[in-house]
Amino acid sequence: MIEVKNLVKKYGDHTAVDHLSFQIEKGKIYGFLGPNGAGKSTTMNMITGYIASTEGTVSIDGHDILEEPEKAKKCIGYLPEQPPLYFDMTVLEYMKFAADLKKIPKDKKKSMIEEVMDMVKITDMKNRLIKNLSKGYRQRVGLAQAILGYPEVIILDEPTVGLDPKQIIEIRDLIKSLKQKHTVILSSHILSEVSAVCDYVLIISHGKLVASDTPDNLSRLAAGANNINLLVKGEKDIIRQHLLGIPGVKDITIDKKAGTEGWNITVSTEENIDIREDVFYKMAENHCPILEMQSRKVSLEEIFLELTEEENYDSSL
Amino acid sequence: MTAVYKRELRSYLTSMTGYLFIFFILLLTGIYFSAYQLDIAYPKFEYTLSAMTFVFLICVPILTMRTLAEERKQKTDQLLLTSPVSVGKIIMGKYLALVTVFAVPMAIICFYPLVMSKFGDISFGTAYTAVLGFFLLGCANLAIGVFISSLTESQVIAAVLTFVLLFAFFMMNGISSFFSEGSLSTCITFGLLILAVSIIIYSMIKNFVISALVCVIGEVILAAVYMINSSFFAGGIQKVLQIFNLSGHFDNFANGIFDINGIVYYLSVIAVCVFLTVQSIVKRRWN
Repeated sequence: MIEVKNLVKKYGDHTAVDHLSFQIEKGKIYGFLGPNGAGKSTTMNMITGYIASTEGTVSIDGHDILEEPEKAKKCIGYLPEQPPLYFDMTVLEYMKFAADLKKIPKDKKKSMIEEVMDMVKITDMKNRLIKNLSKGYRQRVGLAQAILGYPEVIILDEPTVGLDPKQIIEIRDLIKSLKQKHTVILSSHILSEVSAVCDYVLIISHGKLVASDTPDNLSRLAAGANNINLLVKGEKDIIRQHLLGIPGVKDITIDKKAGTEGWNITVSTEENIDIREDVFYKMAENHCPILEMQSRKVSLEEIFLELTEEENYDSSL
Repeated sequence: MTAVYKRELRSYLTSMTGYLFIFFILLLTGIYFSAYQLDIAYPKFEYTLSAMTFVFLICVPILTMRTLAEERKQKTDQLLLTSPVSVGKIIMGKYLALVTVFAVPMAIICFYPLVMSKFGDISFGTAYTAVLGFFLLGCANLAIGVFISSLTESQVIAAVLTFVLLFAFFMMNGISSFFSEGSLSTCITFGLLILAVSIIIYSMIKNFVISALVCVIGEVILAAVYMINSSFFAGGIQKVLQIFNLSGHFDNFANGIFDINGIVYYLSVIAVCVFLTVQSIVKRRWN
């Protein structure tokens, strides 16, 4: 659907996007994740043809964005970071203008505009001037503009910024429902959003792609080993000895928990092995009562921090 | 293109700027009309028009300043430039909307000679030739305004720059008289110009060899031409500056001459400005 090859964007000496390559397939929701200034918006602007790349190519449905811009742009609906709204127009006027720009046939125009306005729930606002709308509604009008014409690819740059929590959930549901007919790319620096909505995550840091996989796979990958945190009462050496005896256990750290009789223990295991029952029986046999047991799953947040911080560390060398 | 055209036109006619522009042109026409035609009973309407060419210095910047500067500031250009419409069509749509707004006072101005004919003999031919010339002059000024507006994202800078440029063009006769018509001084001025151009090229591409080459080749050709035929340069600066003398080309129309040269001149100014505007928008994507 979309193929990005070796994309580079330089602003003077600063490299905003650094040899980025990825492919986007039909019917999925892709999430661009990265800290502020990672190059998410720049990449999206290049995919949509708003700015040109210094090197590399973007092709949409086989059409190069710079060589066949009109054909390529026809496949894309774009909501930039700041919704491109004309404040002197009413919502309906704006939607009509957007429909004309996208060359939607006259006979379909009216029904399509109504449909899209219903989808993002701005029908009540259709005769209001955009100038007088709140941030949340402006964002929705921008979103409606991106969906209008039902382009094959919908690109949303931080679509939920400025919305209240209820609106965020509504918009997320809307984005999920778009998946049936469209390919969606959204960018965000909010991790929960990406893990809630996206089928596939591309993590970008300093203009480079540092990881790309499904959210589940990413958690599994970064976890490497699953961890279990325990609080156990008993003899330190006995506990260590028996825990290491459990198959699948790789490493153990034991610290005295201040103010109690128990030991804080972190057990790391190999992937996809659940040792919680084994731990329970082993400790019970040896009369070492388990006071607390917690299986720790690595969240996307930790992966994100890990990946982007590693990058920081590398570049500071 | 029609989408952009319709939007722009609506925006001019729902905000103050469009009406302000129309009001100002009509106000000045009214003042000059009452002074020349009603007071002195002078039968030539073209005289009125030629006296008020300065109106564009004030009106055009007001109308054109926001054309592209505002789009860039509000980031609405992201919508236009990512939609399946070519940059050329967007600019043409915007420009034609401006011309349409300008056509409103021009249509009203067309009635003036008719009113005058009620009170005596007037030559419609010369009067309407002047109206046509005035319209073309205005369109050329608007095109320059659009181009300036594409260079910046600040409306104020766009307005001031447009005013300065149009004022310089308006005063071109005076400016060109500052320069000597002698061959040697002309040649030296051109030499300095070539140097300036190569410095600009260097600041843009940061390549010393190419810009030095441009400079040296230019100066050598200049010197050679001067050696062979020094009279070639006589009055050269004036000839070059005359290209920018927009209102000067209106003189023939004001004298009732249907000047094909003038029409071609104004149309070329418009074409060049629209082309430069498109280039400046396209170029911005590469920065």
